[in-house]
Amino acid sequence: MTTSALTSATRRRRPKRQAGWRGLIYIAPAMALVTLFFVLPVLFTLWMSLHKWPLLGEPAWIGLRNYTRMFTDARFFNALGFTAHYTLIVTIAIFAVAFPLAIFVEKQRPLVSLYRTIVFLPVVVGLASASLLWVWLANVDSGLFAPLFDILGLTSGRINLLAKFDTAFLTIIVMVVWKIAGFTMIILLTGLQAIPAELTEAARIDGAGRWQRFRHLTLPLMRRTMALALILSVTGSILAFDQFYIMTSGGPQNKMISVVYYIFNQSFVSFNLGYGAALSIALLLILVTLSVVQLWLLKVGDERP
Amino acid sequence: MRTRREIRARKALRDRIVYHGIGIGTAFFFLAPFAVSFLASFRPNSESGRPPLPPWPISGLSFDAYRALDSFGAGIWQHMFNSLLVSIGTVVLTVAVSVLAGYGFSRYRFPFKNALFVLIIATLMVPFQSILTPLFIILARLGLNNSLVGLMLVYVTLQLPFSVFMMRNAFDAVPKEIEEAARIDGARDLKLLVRVLLPLVMPGIATVSIFAFLNAWNEFFAALVLLSSNDNYTLPVLMTAVRAGRLGAINWGAVQAGVAVMVVPCLFVFLLLQRYYMRGLMAGAVK
Repeated sequence: MTTSALTSATRRRRPKRQAGWRGLIYIAPAMALVTLFFVLPVLFTLWMSLHKWPLLGEPAWIGLRNYTRMFTDARFFNALGFTAHYTLIVTIAIFAVAFPLAIFVEKQRPLVSLYRTIVFLPVVVGLASASLLWVWLANVDSGLFAPLFDILGLTSGRINLLAKFDTAFLTIIVMVVWKIAGFTMIILLTGLQAIPAELTEAARIDGAGRWQRFRHLTLPLMRRTMALALILSVTGSILAFDQFYIMTSGGPQNKMISVVYYIFNQSFVSFNLGYGAALSIALLLILVTLSVVQLWLLKVGDERP
Repeated sequence: MRTRREIRARKALRDRIVYHGIGIGTAFFFLAPFAVSFLASFRPNSESGRPPLPPWPISGLSFDAYRALDSFGAGIWQHMFNSLLVSIGTVVLTVAVSVLAGYGFSRYRFPFKNALFVLIIATLMVPFQSILTPLFIILARLGLNNSLVGLMLVYVTLQLPFSVFMMRNAFDAVPKEIEEAARIDGARDLKLLVRVLLPLVMPGIATVSIFAFLNAWNEFFAALVLLSSNDNYTLPVLMTAVRAGRLGAINWGAVQAGVAVMVVPCLFVFLLLQRYYMRGLMAGAVK
């Protein structure tokens, strides 16, 4: 008994050990890239954040002073506040558009896949392209909106949408909804289609109205999908940069500087690379925290039926 | 009886009109910006500064806007070439690296296998925007600062979590018996992978490719930071120069032409390979 167990163990171990090295060879290129362009930069960011690091000249160790500076930096808090404000509004706006759209394209009806595809089109173009397109549309002299609103009598005369914070903010929100809603729609659609038809049918037979079915059947069953769509929207919005850089250059009155924009300015305009690294670590912590919350949210969705 | 049927028919007709009414309205909102910009890009210089009402050229089709776009940077062909080079390079490298890694993770056992897989996936949690400064410095040390190859390597790394995950699932779905049969026939290792398994995971490769292409073609922030000389700019970075204008005047015709040049390849690739794109999206969503 023991001898046979031993021999079978050695027999099994041998090809396994050989395979062990082979497997590592196959994943080596991926690991090399991840190490060189990901793990190393993350560690390097931590290291840099403890230095005063000018573009030219020697970096000097300053301990945690970059981090203490962060807590007294009013512009950083403005950027944080603006990013939070933007994330909240844009997420609500995207859901308000994407949820009805998902319900609209859920049933198999004539032309439904065409409508789905059209709504999805802006998702596949770049945010930079979309920003460029819309900054033209919103331009007061050569764009579409100002003269169109004027002709339709919505405004008296042409107004410069991008000159005031509120209208510029609204323009960017509409642009982002146009760009992203199709994506959120498809995510929500997968959740809607996963709801068994028998369940809805049973509720209908039991006399539940359309709203009741939505409120007590669809929404609870969509919890997991909505958590996913929510997290994707929130993490995406926190990292927003392209639209503010291209459409308003952070204006008017520098009120549209997002966190990533502020890090960009500190690191690559003012060349405070050490301080930029400390800000990056703060951003990284915020997003990792959110990812942990995401996993927790999805788990909670799993436990409840 | 008859009236009842009539009422039902009328209700069905009304439902259909409401449905298509909403559908057409929605389609209009999502298509109009593309259509307006695309039509307007064919207006002559004399019209390009005016509002697009109507958006199409009034005094004849013209390529003035594209000629104006060509006068920026190192010429539009150069920048299209840069963007294409980076995007296609990213696709090829991403496919090569993720096929190898997907195969390794699916078929082999080795120490720390799960930890290494989680490490690759976990990179999704860290925004690349926060590690650009060290990337800039590391690329400079490697002699790859302001280089399209350096940018390409960064893009490949960004694609890896999704791509390795997709390819591992693709290989997991291939029955082991096929591999064993091929092994008996004398195919081994890379030969086995390329000749026998590669055709079977083609759908996964298509999905990985389309995401790699679109993300590399559209990426703006890393390109803005990592490229410093005019000649190397990819299209989105070139467009910031067009957007900034010359002597305070912006040539909106060039902006429209630039948008068309950047957008049309994306729409084309997506419409051609929509099935594979949606598969990838679903896989990501279900994960």
